Amino acid sequence: MREIAGPSFGISAWALVTGVAMIKSGLTLPLAMFMSLAVYAGSAQLAALPLIAAGAPLWVIWATAACMNLRFVIFSAHWRKYFGELPRARRLALMYLTADLNYVLFVRRFPDPKPSPEQLPYLLGSIAWSWLSWQIPALIGIALGDRVPTEWELGFAGVLALLGLAYSTLSGRNSWIAGLVAAAAAVAAVALPLKLNVVVAIAAGVAVGVLLDRGWPVTAEARR
Amino acid sequence: MSSVEALVAIIGLTAITVVTRGFFLLSEREWPLPAWANRGLRYAPLAALAAVIAPEVLLTNGALVEGWRSPRLFAAIAGTAYFWWQRGILGTIVVGTATMLALKLGLGW
Repeated sequence: MREIAGPSFGISAWALVTGVAMIKSGLTLPLAMFMSLAVYAGSAQLAALPLIAAGAPLWVIWATAACMNLRFVIFSAHWRKYFGELPRARRLALMYLTADLNYVLFVRRFPDPKPSPEQLPYLLGSIAWSWLSWQIPALIGIALGDRVPTEWELGFAGVLALLGLAYSTLSGRNSWIAGLVAAAAAVAAVALPLKLNVVVAIAAGVAVGVLLDRGWPVTAEARR
Repeated sequence: MSSVEALVAIIGLTAITVVTRGFFLLSEREWPLPAWANRGLRYAPLAALAAVIAPEVLLTNGALVEGWRSPRLFAAIAGTAYFWWQRGILGTIVVGTATMLALKLGLGW
């Protein structure tokens, strides 16, 4: 419990911002509450909000959120080594509630990737704590957001949260270039209908990143 | 977007949470991820973030912000400065939002 108490303060602040942003992007009170309780994935929610506000098609909203959540796909390969033996319904329910923080703490506590009996109680305690430290402030944020005037544009706090997250995922020159290419493409292609600029930008950023990793562009020296 | 559409969007987002978090625990048999997918996965979240953020900061109603009096632009610059100074996401939100509110409510931009 001591391990999670510190970082969960940051989670709570993030949840408060997400709660306010949900209301400020035009969701009704019941929908915002439902989104918080059901989706339970802060960065995907925040990324989806401007698209929902702009009336983007469903598949664009879903594709963007899925990209935000791809890190969980990588985590899940690791989780399989610990909880792969549980019945399918139970392990999927467990994973649905397992956020980034729970993963980081768990892997630090159990670095050896094999099952042991104390892992399940540990993870259950961890996810219960972080669920509460997310949902309570998120609901407070939703209630507050309903009272703050719209012209304050507090929904932009959600964009700032994403900005900080983007900076923290930058590692190395190639990721900088991939990020800048995606940003430039999103702005350049903004005239496309249906918010397709977001899809174009993601494709451009990923393509450039993967190409750079393979040593592109080929230098004059390498060609010789 | 109508409430029904938003509800459908949210139900879909919930399914995305379930599927991505449990992805490699869905099947009973273990199967490995191909190397090319692994490389692409590393850049997708960053590209999605940049794609959502850049238009929100730089554009108003689909056009580049006119002049330099844009509270959002200055909020993003202030947040950026804070991040590279202290490396904290929380502070980035607080500094950026405070800058935006000061410009909007204080100076009436």
